[in-house]
Amino acid sequence: MKYRPTVGEILQAKGVSRRGFLKYCATTASLLALPPSMIPRIANAIESARRPSVIWLSFQECTGCTESLTRSASPTVEGLIFDAISLDYHHTLQAASGDQAEAARHAAMEENDGSYLVLVDGSIPTGNPGYSTIAGISNVDMLMDTVKGAAAVVAIGSCAAFGGLPGADPNPTGAVSVQDLVTDKPVVNVPGCPPIPMVMTAVLAQFLTFGQIPDLDKHGRPLAFFGNTIHDRCYRRPFYEQGKFAETFDDEGAKAGWCLYKLGCKGPTTYNACATVKWNQGTSFPIESGHPCLGCSEPKFWDKGGFYQPLSTGHFGSGATVAGAAVAGVALGAVAAAAGRRRKAKYTKEA
Amino acid sequence: MDLLEFARGPALQFAALVLVAGTLWRIVGIAFLGKKPDYSEPRGPGGLGAALKVIWTRAFTAEPFKKATLYPKIMAYVMHIGLFATIFLFTPHIVFFEGWMGLDWPGLPNNVIYFIGVATVVSGFALIIRRATSPVLKLISNFDDYFSWFVTMLPLVTGLLIPVRALFRYEDLLAIHILSVALLLIWLPFGKLGHTFLVFMTRGTTGMVFERRGAKT
Repeated sequence: MKYRPTVGEILQAKGVSRRGFLKYCATTASLLALPPSMIPRIANAIESARRPSVIWLSFQECTGCTESLTRSASPTVEGLIFDAISLDYHHTLQAASGDQAEAARHAAMEENDGSYLVLVDGSIPTGNPGYSTIAGISNVDMLMDTVKGAAAVVAIGSCAAFGGLPGADPNPTGAVSVQDLVTDKPVVNVPGCPPIPMVMTAVLAQFLTFGQIPDLDKHGRPLAFFGNTIHDRCYRRPFYEQGKFAETFDDEGAKAGWCLYKLGCKGPTTYNACATVKWNQGTSFPIESGHPCLGCSEPKFWDKGGFYQPLSTGHFGSGATVAGAAVAGVALGAVAAAAGRRRKAKYTKEA
Repeated sequence: MDLLEFARGPALQFAALVLVAGTLWRIVGIAFLGKKPDYSEPRGPGGLGAALKVIWTRAFTAEPFKKATLYPKIMAYVMHIGLFATIFLFTPHIVFFEGWMGLDWPGLPNNVIYFIGVATVVSGFALIIRRATSPVLKLISNFDDYFSWFVTMLPLVTGLLIPVRALFRYEDLLAIHILSVALLLIWLPFGKLGHTFLVFMTRGTTGMVFERRGAKT
């Protein structure tokens, strides 16, 4: 049987120091809200894991999720962890194509039956099988065939988790999420447009360490990363409480870094780890760059009103409806007044 | 459609329609009701001046009742000023009004609003306890009094739960808060809360009638 190196051996070969690796494990433990005593267990589990087989399926997506993971300025430990797993099938990253690629997928499924992970990015069109095919196989068929022997499925990005942009109104392809189709396997949603790389690898680290998926919220997201709102962890939150808001993107408030609530920030209703884990090796996150949170890790975020419409804006429909209600009210009042006058006249006459 | 979308959309829209129609129904219905013929000789002009005078003088307690009504009067003022501040000077609310009417005005810091909100709730409870324990007030109170108090307090309490994230998640608390506001808007024109838009109209009318009859106002 072919020797399969452990993740630890692979990382060592790639020049990751013991110190750097333990730092990664400590960060992961911290992000997963685990006690420090769990760090050695995480390190041991990841180091000794025999290249867990991962099949990555890409459907209706923009490749942003893969870009998020692979386009780092310098190789990160989380990036190298992905190198270290046996990524047996990934349309974008694999060299093979056509029949060879499909053969690799089937081989990985057979060799690791019951223990491999399926990662999915992109939504799945159900309107017509021809909307999106790979090697002549529709996305629905490929997903359902691949997850049969999987230990768990991880929906990477908002498209796979909730339908995302392809599923936005009017949803021309009948796009659905992974959890809409896969109901007999554990499904973890790691939404975001794209998701944070650290979050993706931490979910895998949790799986490798404990052999089970993390605690999830009502939308199937790991609570460790999606348990708090952006607003609750935002460094601009004090400005919100002080009533200091940027009114436009270039006013004094914006320059002073005040709260972006009035510019449509969806931070109060968005659960993600951007404000704590941040992006590009912890450099910043959208709000730190002066842009309101779009709420990209929330279901149907494309269809929740304008990105730049403040969260507390009501949706009253058309002014014509309100005008109609006003006319109806005046008419009712006039009828009531006329009835009152008639009644009064009658009593006056009787008196 | 999740709960927040429902609250911000159809629920709020329905409540606004009921509020507009109900308010205009009440105002037009009363304004055009007409007066009973008054055959007595007028003791005063009973014009706009009399109306304005009573609107002003009724804002304060008459001397003989000052001592007896000091406590409820203070509580009522705290409650009404607090309601005004929490509704119209809280920035997310101002943003809401701006989105609705296009008008914008400065707000107070959120922490100040939270403090005012707590004071308003406390005054509201002080008033309802007084109403529920005073034998006289109990006699003259009905369902309308208690329900009007309830729908007024509900948005305040649910609103105050939001910053502390109590019991539910933020978006659910916000949805519950908006739904409680919708309930308030729906009830407002029909019960005693109608005094929100009728208070000056009715006081003014009283002033005009009283002056015409020669009563000291």
